[in-house]
Amino acid sequence: MIDLQKLTIVSAREALKKGDFTARELTQACLDAIKHKDPEVHAFLEVFDDCLEQAEKANINLPLGGIPIALKDNMLVKGKIASAGSKILENYRATYDSTVVKKLKEAGAVIIGRTNCDEFAMGSSTENSAYGPTKNPIDPERVPGGSSGGSAAAVAAGMVLAAFGSDTGGSIRQPAAFTGIVGMKPTYGRVSRSGLIAMASSLDQIGPFAKTVEDAEMLYEVVKGQDPLDSTTLSDSSLANSSDVSFGKHGQNLLGKNGFTIGVPRDFFEGQLDKDVAENFEEAVKKFESLGYKIKNISLPLLKYSLAVYYILMPAEVSSNLARFDGVKYGLHVDGENSIDDYFKTRGAGFGREARRRIILGTYVLSSGYYDAYYGQAVNMKRAITEELRDAFKEVDLILTPSTPTPAFKFGEKSDPLSMYLADIFTVPGNISGCPSASVPSGFSGLPAQAGNLPLGLLLTADLGNEAAIFEAGKDFQK
Amino acid sequence: MNKEEVLKLAKLARIEISSEEAESLAHEFEAILKYVGEIKGARLKGTGGKEKPLLRNVMREDVNPHESGIYTEALLNAAPKRKGQYVSVKKIL
Repeated sequence: MIDLQKLTIVSAREALKKGDFTARELTQACLDAIKHKDPEVHAFLEVFDDCLEQAEKANINLPLGGIPIALKDNMLVKGKIASAGSKILENYRATYDSTVVKKLKEAGAVIIGRTNCDEFAMGSSTENSAYGPTKNPIDPERVPGGSSGGSAAAVAAGMVLAAFGSDTGGSIRQPAAFTGIVGMKPTYGRVSRSGLIAMASSLDQIGPFAKTVEDAEMLYEVVKGQDPLDSTTLSDSSLANSSDVSFGKHGQNLLGKNGFTIGVPRDFFEGQLDKDVAENFEEAVKKFESLGYKIKNISLPLLKYSLAVYYILMPAEVSSNLARFDGVKYGLHVDGENSIDDYFKTRGAGFGREARRRIILGTYVLSSGYYDAYYGQAVNMKRAITEELRDAFKEVDLILTPSTPTPAFKFGEKSDPLSMYLADIFTVPGNISGCPSASVPSGFSGLPAQAGNLPLGLLLTADLGNEAAIFEAGKDFQK
Repeated sequence: MNKEEVLKLAKLARIEISSEEAESLAHEFEAILKYVGEIKGARLKGTGGKEKPLLRNVMREDVNPHESGIYTEALLNAAPKRKGQYVSVKKIL
């Protein structure tokens, strides 16, 4: 009997090599778990019909040979539907593989299916999916987080061993925290977005979900790297040779633990945390101290503007990126009286409420007369926040905050858009600065009504290119 | 922000929305713009932007084109309406 709830990629690879079970049996176990659990959780929008065929062909000697992996519904797999959780792409079939999928296939992974998400990755709960929300497997009355909530729930519920999501403001890390697993957003430019349905291109990044930091690192190693199809990707040599930044060198040099310093920006999050989250965070800080890490209180006064910057830049880019959905080239077409009416009808019917809201807001902040006050100022502030963080990394190897101010909230609890947006308040600086950042499970909240069973996450953020520091400290913390 | 402004923006964005939605969006935008507006007064240290940015626009070499027409069918099949080798749209003029 394969225990998917406990099995990691590392242990599955060992078992496959020892012959404890075959790749086909492992995939079959996932399909059985999905059949059993997904009617309630609704993590999957589609389970691919060729999973067992993929598993049979899988070469288990490859880095991810025979490992079942799920993908957020905004990554293209050739020949499969990719709907981005939207009605406007309900019947859209991808004409090519995204670079991440290409790399996963080359590494022998079994692509199980596509997972639910907020429409065009816009949301923090999956409630904005056109196909109904995903439930948190820990407590079905609560959201799994979002936007990559389906991927997080699929891993947390033991339906797959790992999954990929995209993170524009916290869409990997926040659902990872809400479901008690590891979720990581790499440095901007480390993972190709070719074949990712774009939301806000200056912020979007693809990253893994897994049970352990060790697994997340393996997944990251497979998908990272420069790609001619995404001009923002960085080469390994540009990272290694850059004199400007630490790029992995800093943290690695200091990994002798005694020199490894973790910065805690209390002024950024104090007063915003649930009592349980605050207590849990202090315990995590103590644990790092006991592991030999130095803790340093730091002040990052500009970080609090990150979410405001985000809600200017992101809608601006959304309004531009989503202009491509016009009912002409692909996707939904709703007939109007004339050509321009086709656009109005198609986009009005195809986009859900949050997508419409963000496109229209983006149109506003970019419009003549408001551009300088909003977009221009946000771009300047983005640069200032990035500098503030980069300066901090001259003194510390990692910055530590809680992943979210509260544990998973209930469905319908955040009905006005602004309160939902605030769920990403701690994760957004990673996107604004481009810095790598991961949420690592940090125990459970002690809410009396829930008997302390809601997972909490700890957010580790490092300097550009210094994923190594996150993996090292994350593995220590998870021991 | 009022309903009429929202309807005008929706028109610019080529999205049909109802009058009721415009009304409620106007209220939501008030709250969101108030929140994001806090950066307007924030003081920034002058950076001058002199440092070399890490990310630059990279253009690929204009060489090695793929064989003509190999993606045509796949792409045209994705279009809601096609006429032979063309994507079909309504008359514009």
